[in-house]
Amino acid sequence: MEAFLSSLVSVAFHGLAYGMILYVISVGLAVTMGLMGFANLAHGVFAMAGGYILTSSLQHTSIPFPAALALAFFAVAAGSVVLERTLYARLYGAGELEQVLFTIGLIFMAVAVARLIFGTLQAPVMLPDYIRGQYPLFGREFPTYRVFLIAVSGAMIAALWFGVERTRWGAMVRAAVDNRPMAQSVGINTRRLFTLTFALGSGLAGLGGALGAEIVAVQPTYPLEQLVFYLIVVAVGGQGSLRGPLVAALLIGFSDTALKYWLPQFGAFFIYVATIALLLWRPMGLFGRRV
Amino acid sequence: MQIKPAACLAALALAVCAGAASAQTIKIGVISTYSGPLAAQGDQLDKGFKLYLKLNGDKLPAGVKIEPIFRDDTGPNPDVAKRLAQELIVRDKVQFLVGTVWTPNAAAIAPLTKEAKVPFISANAAGVNIPYLSPYFARVSFTLWQSAYPLGQWAAKKYKRVYTAVSDFAPGHEAEEGFITGFKSGGGEIVGSVRIPLANPDFVPYMQRIKDAKPDALFAFNPAGKQATAMMKTYSDLGLAKDGIKYIGTGDITTDEELQGMGDVALGVITAHHYSAAAERPANKAFVAAYKKEYGENLFPGFMVVGAWDAMDAIFHAIREQKGKVDPDRTMALLRQYKNPNSPRGPIALDPDTRDIVQNEYLREVRRVGGALANVELETLATMIKDPFKELKGKK
Repeated sequence: MEAFLSSLVSVAFHGLAYGMILYVISVGLAVTMGLMGFANLAHGVFAMAGGYILTSSLQHTSIPFPAALALAFFAVAAGSVVLERTLYARLYGAGELEQVLFTIGLIFMAVAVARLIFGTLQAPVMLPDYIRGQYPLFGREFPTYRVFLIAVSGAMIAALWFGVERTRWGAMVRAAVDNRPMAQSVGINTRRLFTLTFALGSGLAGLGGALGAEIVAVQPTYPLEQLVFYLIVVAVGGQGSLRGPLVAALLIGFSDTALKYWLPQFGAFFIYVATIALLLWRPMGLFGRRV
Repeated sequence: MQIKPAACLAALALAVCAGAASAQTIKIGVISTYSGPLAAQGDQLDKGFKLYLKLNGDKLPAGVKIEPIFRDDTGPNPDVAKRLAQELIVRDKVQFLVGTVWTPNAAAIAPLTKEAKVPFISANAAGVNIPYLSPYFARVSFTLWQSAYPLGQWAAKKYKRVYTAVSDFAPGHEAEEGFITGFKSGGGEIVGSVRIPLANPDFVPYMQRIKDAKPDALFAFNPAGKQATAMMKTYSDLGLAKDGIKYIGTGDITTDEELQGMGDVALGVITAHHYSAAAERPANKAFVAAYKKEYGENLFPGFMVVGAWDAMDAIFHAIREQKGKVDPDRTMALLRQYKNPNSPRGPIALDPDTRDIVQNEYLREVRRVGGALANVELETLATMIKDPFKELKGKK
């Protein structure tokens, strides 16, 4: 019984950590796709950029880890503004097919560019000592980096929820997404608003890529390989909310970890079955609104 | 129409020159992976081929020239590999085929080499039955049994209980079976085996399960790179090392080219393999120095570079022995007797019966040497070992 309880604690902790990893690498997409309604499959490109910024700055400069995380957020956000103004803004009104084709093209270009600059091997993550090893908590030992990840994600979720649900900016974004012409006619500068929101989503992608780099290795094919996980989180969570992807990520994190622990022979099979079942039950996602 | 005599003369000279050149030119079709998500492996083969040609291109009978023709199979795509081989044989009329990272690609080429009588040398594709697929196949790379089986025998002397965790694809299955067979033959007990999907973002549940089973050692096989690194990181994060669970595997999990990117989590991992860039042999030191000079001071050649290097050496051997006039059946007879006491990986030979590689297997430990991580060779685990699968399970 004690062994079972102990494994239950393990599964709960690791499920939470895994859910948070999924959420952290997908939250940027929850903003651009979930909130702004842009099918941005190239989300992983921004995440990869953030990951490379973190790994390169830890490897080649002496800036501390938190500063490297901040750099990943701001540099990717700034870079995305250029892309948004020159490319993305033209497709806000376009159909989903155009958006998907455009962003897929962007992925292939980014993969080739990354290979040219960084080579094909994975980028090493040189974490500072204080977030490595095990962290004693309630008489047990937990992997420090995962504890750190859960704490950071928690703070991020709280900040994001507050921003979207409780600030003027959040209200403006929600208004503009629901009805852009009406928002414009009451005096909201939707163009600037969308640019800022897109920068936030991309910055979060960059931050997610950087935070997750220790667990989900950064290499040129990153945007393609992780795409399926982002899409699962956002699709199961449902568009138009930030709460949905969080619940979806946690649900997948817990169930996937539990299944792999107790029934390892089924492997990664479960995550896909769960996705299919959830989408059959609620085609718009857990918290999706019918459009 | 007015004919210009000068142009006519030039055309004639060109034709004569071309004729003279083709009589002495031996074409080698190289099929490897240059694009797509898995181009990293193809890049290793490519570097080996090109380094060999650059350093040894002149060591041929007088007047004989090599013309390599590189083709991209884009990954494990047997249909593409087959089409490329067909084009190389029919249109380019190559006398040799060499390459393929992937076993399915080599298998797809097999019937063509048999029909057209074009010798193919596997520089990497390691599926156990590859040399049986065509009488014109030879392999200079390795099989997973070659490293996993002696490692199992060695582990049985050191550990009582071992857990195995391998990636769920053919090489993983072969490594698992080879290790378990060797380990059980020495009286060891397997406390559990798990096969992990290739697309697996989180190893925690598997590692936690292994930690709770409290084995003496964990035998691991994943493709080198992010999979192997992620599993080692999780092993270290969950404190399996502190519980006294040793991490062992075939050399595929700590390849020399990926090792630097894996970081300190790889320290102390024990592996068995046929090649390490850190080996002290003079031939290897010269090889590594040439590699670094050509491709960069911080890069280390992995076992695939050596596979490609030795494949070219086998082809050059066949060309030299026939003084440039190559005949496929004579080539295969020469390859069966091929021996090289001074490969970067030590002495190698081809088994005359199976046309498969015979080589040493070394026991290595990952250590920090002069600021870089290295697979330091501890001892020779098996001397000139033939593929144990064929030895144990009989020949087809």
